[in-house]
Amino acid sequence: MADHLLEVRNLSVTFHTVRGPVHAVRNVSWHLDRGEVLAILGESGSGKSVSAAAIMDLIDCPPGEITSGACLFEGRDLLKMGVEERRAINGKRIAMIFQDPLSHLNPVYSVGWQIEETLVIHGTPKAKAQTETLALLAKVGIPDPAGSARKYPHQFSGGQRQRLMIAMALALRPDILIADEPTTALDVTVQAQILALLETLQHETGMGLLLITHDLGVVAEVADRVVVMNAGEIVEQGTAADVYANPQHPYTKRLIGAAPGKGAMAPDRTGKVVPLLEVTGLRKSYGAFAALQDASFTLEEGETVAIVGESGSGKSTLAKCLLRLEEPTGGKAIYKGRDLLALSPVELYAMRRDIQMVFQDPTQSLNPRMSVYDLISEAWVIHPDILPKVRWRARVAELLDQVGLTPEHMHRYPHQFSGGQRQRIAIARALALEPRIIVCDEAVSALDVSIQAQVIDLLDGLRKRLGLSYIFIAHDLPVVRDFADRVIVMQGGRIVEQGSVRQIFEAPREAYTRNLLAASLDPDPAVQAARRKARLTESLTA
Amino acid sequence: MTTSVPRPKADAEPTAVRAVLSMLWADKFATVAVIFLAVVLFCAIFGPWLLDAVATKQNLRGRNAPPFDFTRGWLFWLGGDALGRPLLARIVVAAQNTMMVAAGAVAASMVIGSALGLIAGYSRGRASQIIPRLADVIMSFPSLLLAVIVLYMLEPSVTNIILVLAITRIPVYLRTTRAEVLEVRERMFVQAARVMGASDTRIIFRHILPIVMPTLLTIATLDFAFVMLAESSLSFLGIGIQAPEITWGLMVSQGRPYMTNAWWLSFWPGLAIVLTTLSLNLLSNWLRVALDPTQRWRLEMGARKNG
Repeated sequence: MADHLLEVRNLSVTFHTVRGPVHAVRNVSWHLDRGEVLAILGESGSGKSVSAAAIMDLIDCPPGEITSGACLFEGRDLLKMGVEERRAINGKRIAMIFQDPLSHLNPVYSVGWQIEETLVIHGTPKAKAQTETLALLAKVGIPDPAGSARKYPHQFSGGQRQRLMIAMALALRPDILIADEPTTALDVTVQAQILALLETLQHETGMGLLLITHDLGVVAEVADRVVVMNAGEIVEQGTAADVYANPQHPYTKRLIGAAPGKGAMAPDRTGKVVPLLEVTGLRKSYGAFAALQDASFTLEEGETVAIVGESGSGKSTLAKCLLRLEEPTGGKAIYKGRDLLALSPVELYAMRRDIQMVFQDPTQSLNPRMSVYDLISEAWVIHPDILPKVRWRARVAELLDQVGLTPEHMHRYPHQFSGGQRQRIAIARALALEPRIIVCDEAVSALDVSIQAQVIDLLDGLRKRLGLSYIFIAHDLPVVRDFADRVIVMQGGRIVEQGSVRQIFEAPREAYTRNLLAASLDPDPAVQAARRKARLTESLTA
Repeated sequence: MTTSVPRPKADAEPTAVRAVLSMLWADKFATVAVIFLAVVLFCAIFGPWLLDAVATKQNLRGRNAPPFDFTRGWLFWLGGDALGRPLLARIVVAAQNTMMVAAGAVAASMVIGSALGLIAGYSRGRASQIIPRLADVIMSFPSLLLAVIVLYMLEPSVTNIILVLAITRIPVYLRTTRAEVLEVRERMFVQAARVMGASDTRIIFRHILPIVMPTLLTIATLDFAFVMLAESSLSFLGIGIQAPEITWGLMVSQGRPYMTNAWWLSFWPGLAIVLTTLSLNLLSNWLRVALDPTQRWRLEMGARKNG
């Protein structure tokens, strides 16, 4: 079996914690060949990154311990090598790129200098390193390589920074590139570009690409083979198309089943229209920069309006203005005959009960020093007329029950819950005020796919039971497709298109909407392959 | 504004106390620190009442008596000072003044400094511009010079010394608090509270202050030593606590001329300062962990292992 470029055999890694040993990965075996793309697919905590970390010698021992197994690179065991030998391989033969490129680029050096540095350290003469750097920058699609080489990391966009990281990783022509969630922090259109770049480079150089991801769409787009991991174990492996079309393990089936974007779309709403919230000409500018221009839309009783757009499109600014977390520059938002944006502080305090918000990251939106009981009952401390104090305990228990937690969770603290449970707590807190409208700002985008589906189900159930209306801000189109009644597409602070979910997804009018839809990845490899072919013929005929 | 859960009162109290004690027991250093601080506190309260007469009685035959000479009785175990007064008794008696000045100055500067820091960090109006400048003014002024001027004009009493020392230490708390508040203010859970309609007071005291507090407590314990020594340099200049009143800092500076032939004159009070500061530091370290729900398990685990 020595003909594999990289082979991981029966690898087990244990982390020793105060609460006892945690088996991060158990008996994991996979291999990677030259010119192949292998994806390791798993949710958070599945151990998908640990085997890559073992290869790169990034596991800290003492807390971690490699209890068994081998990592064979060209037939030699990396785990048994000396420090010097290993250093010669890391970076040079096996390179790695990470999720967040900004934290991996040194902010005080120009990017050209940093790439050159990599080359010079590994023995390239200075002059040659300079020309090679420029060639690399051109190769990864950075405009004006000579000028860009003199710029600093903060002067680039997120997608460009990821390109820079790729350039740096490729500088030494590695045989293997390990990409740990390389596109998770990027917009869909940028994600598509980066994946295309990785694929092109991989074809050109013939290197093996190991892609660690949680996203079925990414797997479908680039992977040849896929390894599915759950709770530290490999549950299934095979070609991407096979695994998707014919999953064997129940976990894989569940994962594929949970992928959003396949359910029935909400039918167009008919009948009497009761506008609950009517926003007209909402504007917000920071100095000369207009973050939000002339946004107008309505929200009906019991309806879910999704606002989609890439980062910087102004969708969060819109939410913040409605909730008066930011003071809008102009416009109106009529709710129950009153303009929300012109309320005095006292009127605003009363209005807070009706409009609540669920934030993106529950880890940050829940005060880490408050117990669940304190977090939820805080609503009644602030608005004492909702509920007398004697009934707080019972109501907290009821709310926890409503969001799928148990009353025993009341005395725990946020860090003792998983991400999905934390978001449930945040939803319970929002419900404590008995609101009419809930603004969800990327409320599910930080969660794993299967958890995402559960939270969406929960929100949907609550809408039906309590007659809530949602303003659902998201960048993830498949989720929107399943959940929303109407969709508003935003770009550069403007609403470019709005309509029913069916209309937006089946007959988008604007080019921007079409691009956005085309760039979002389908979890089915067959669909992605067909799309790629279509793109290719399109570019050939053009 | 407490939102703690009402439980049956009868058994709630003892279990809460026991939980705290077992968490304290889990950190042995903190346990020792608490015991030491309890002893210091006892000395500070009852020391002058018990030993004042002995501590001020001169005994010229016992001048600079060396320590560990057990023939002179237990009061001289740590030796005698330049006038033959027993050092042990003097350290015990001096605890009161020392603690009063240090605790008073640290508490006053912490309360005033962090209050101003909270205002400066939280408000977006003019106060956020003016208050940091105030700190700059105090910091740019040599603190000892300020103390000299103030104490020259006012009477050098314990209250005034506390006042002066507190003023010079305010900027430390003010700047740290402001910097942290600026960061915590933008955190998501503060925004979440605002969406619920929480008042500014509630946001500051319920959401921001608990996050900033551990940092402030740590600075306060470190400042304790600084204040004790600053007070001694004031005494040295003749404007601080004056003999026959005593403080540890004053004892250190009084022992300075004899450093080469009678080291114990400065050493023992110096050791008292170091141990007190160290204990406070260990205690604040324990407190930081015990107050943080995400860290508390370290102590609870330890407690379970030991008991």
